[in-house]
Amino acid sequence: MEKELSISATVSDVVNCLRKMCDVIHANKEYLTELDSAIGDADHGTNMDRGFQAIAKKLSAPVDNDIGGILKMCGMTLVTTVGGASGPLYGTAFLQAGTALAGKQELEPGDLLVAGEAALKGVLMRGKAILGDKTMVDALTPAIAALEEALATGAKAAEALEKASIAAETGMTGTIPIQARKGRASYLGERSIGHQDPGATSSFLLIRTMAETAREIGF
Amino acid sequence: MKKLINKPEDAVKEELEGMALAYPSMIKVSLEPKFVYRADAPVQGKVALISGGGSGHEPMHGGFVGKGMLDAACAGEVFTSPTPDQMLEAAKKVNGGAGILYIVKNYTGDVMNFEMAADMARLENMVVQNILIDDDVAVKDSLWTAGRRGVGATVIAEKITGAGAEKGYDLTKVADLCRKVNASGRSMGLALTSCTVPAAGKPTFELGDDEIEMGIGIHGEPGRTRMKIKSADELTEILALSIIEDGDYSRIVHEWDEKKGDWVDVTLVNEALKQGDQVIAFVNGMGGTPNIELQIIYRKLHEVCEKKGLKIIRNLVGSYITSLEMQGCSITLVRADQEMIELWDAPVMTPGLRWGI
Repeated sequence: MEKELSISATVSDVVNCLRKMCDVIHANKEYLTELDSAIGDADHGTNMDRGFQAIAKKLSAPVDNDIGGILKMCGMTLVTTVGGASGPLYGTAFLQAGTALAGKQELEPGDLLVAGEAALKGVLMRGKAILGDKTMVDALTPAIAALEEALATGAKAAEALEKASIAAETGMTGTIPIQARKGRASYLGERSIGHQDPGATSSFLLIRTMAETAREIGF
Repeated sequence: MKKLINKPEDAVKEELEGMALAYPSMIKVSLEPKFVYRADAPVQGKVALISGGGSGHEPMHGGFVGKGMLDAACAGEVFTSPTPDQMLEAAKKVNGGAGILYIVKNYTGDVMNFEMAADMARLENMVVQNILIDDDVAVKDSLWTAGRRGVGATVIAEKITGAGAEKGYDLTKVADLCRKVNASGRSMGLALTSCTVPAAGKPTFELGDDEIEMGIGIHGEPGRTRMKIKSADELTEILALSIIEDGDYSRIVHEWDEKKGDWVDVTLVNEALKQGDQVIAFVNGMGGTPNIELQIIYRKLHEVCEKKGLKIIRNLVGSYITSLEMQGCSITLVRADQEMIELWDAPVMTPGLRWGI
């Protein structure tokens, strides 16, 4: 159900979106683990679900009236509960997005880009992966570029996030034919070709959830 | 899956509880967050050495906590990196005011978690350096992969570096020493069987009855080749020659530059072993291989080293860096100078390694 056009997203919209992310990761736990068992160590779904369930638990208690603070809390929770490489990477993404939005009680469409760019920059700094290494960067980079392009032409947030989601999905499936150069999958060499990267997949799922939430609230 | 555990999710916690009861004179244990630390921590004025990684490699790392070796070890879930909050709390607990050295095996997760922990510890005014261990020659290049994995040289580095810190080396000197041991060490392993992570419940990989994985990683990562099993002598020769004939190995690692106040890329080179070198030779069991087989391997390794003009100046034979119940072994050779040999001989008193006391 669409409510009347809103030009901003509130703290409770953000919290709703985060809750949906927790549900989406939980629903895809087995799928992510299955993707990871082909080229990694078969724990991406389990680890991500542990982290996002911890976030869900924290979101069930009252939260600060500060979107940046909430995102930072999510980042810290992921860092301390996920482990592996995903913990620092997603944790850094949320921490950086939170820092970029510190003190905000409402988001304008442009804030999405500010947060998205900060998150991507954090992931690149922490993981040192580049486009084409068969990692989450392959979904995030085109998504942020699509978001920027759409917002520049005056698109609504939901519309821009939809474009970002499509770009992330294309980036995600684009990891299938390439060879991994980072992480545990890289030890497989050419044997990593033909498998979709689990990290790019979870990144796509989270961006798609943001797009869906924005559409529902008419952001 | 047949294992002597209660519940998979309790395995690491209950292991730590057992250790605390078994070795109260050497170590103490924190369960929330999980780490093992020296019973007499913090040792004032001494550089504190902290390592850690996924569990399942026992006695590494918790078994190497104690006088003359590590000050703390952070235990992750089985084969999963521990998290920065564990590493930060461990640092606070053992910080003796002379700085913290994180000894980190080169796995993507471990590297990132320890980097975050170091950044967090610096916010709390601690001086921290991270040194990587990346000695697995089964991984040939660093351009197309996450680089060589940290394996057997970790044990040697923790022993020698621990002795240096005990002797009063400052943080720069301890970090240099750790880097030197790593740059002098090479390892390679093989697996006869897979292993089963308790939470997974089924073997990490499949191997035929007559097959081995040559170049196996300690979490069951694929090696160089899968081949038919051969005699102990033939397999030992393959491992030893892969190490001895490995050329110079260059790679770029991330290290903290205290003066710049930032992480910087540093190019490190392991020079190839050459005739006349003195080495510490380490034959390691993967957890399911009996000592009788490890000694058969050491016998052949000794012969190969002699033939290649390497002098084994010290040795270690036993299961020290394991992969749960995997059958298999690894060989590590570390070129050793006089300083390293003296520090190797220095007293050590830990659950997993004890001499000279």
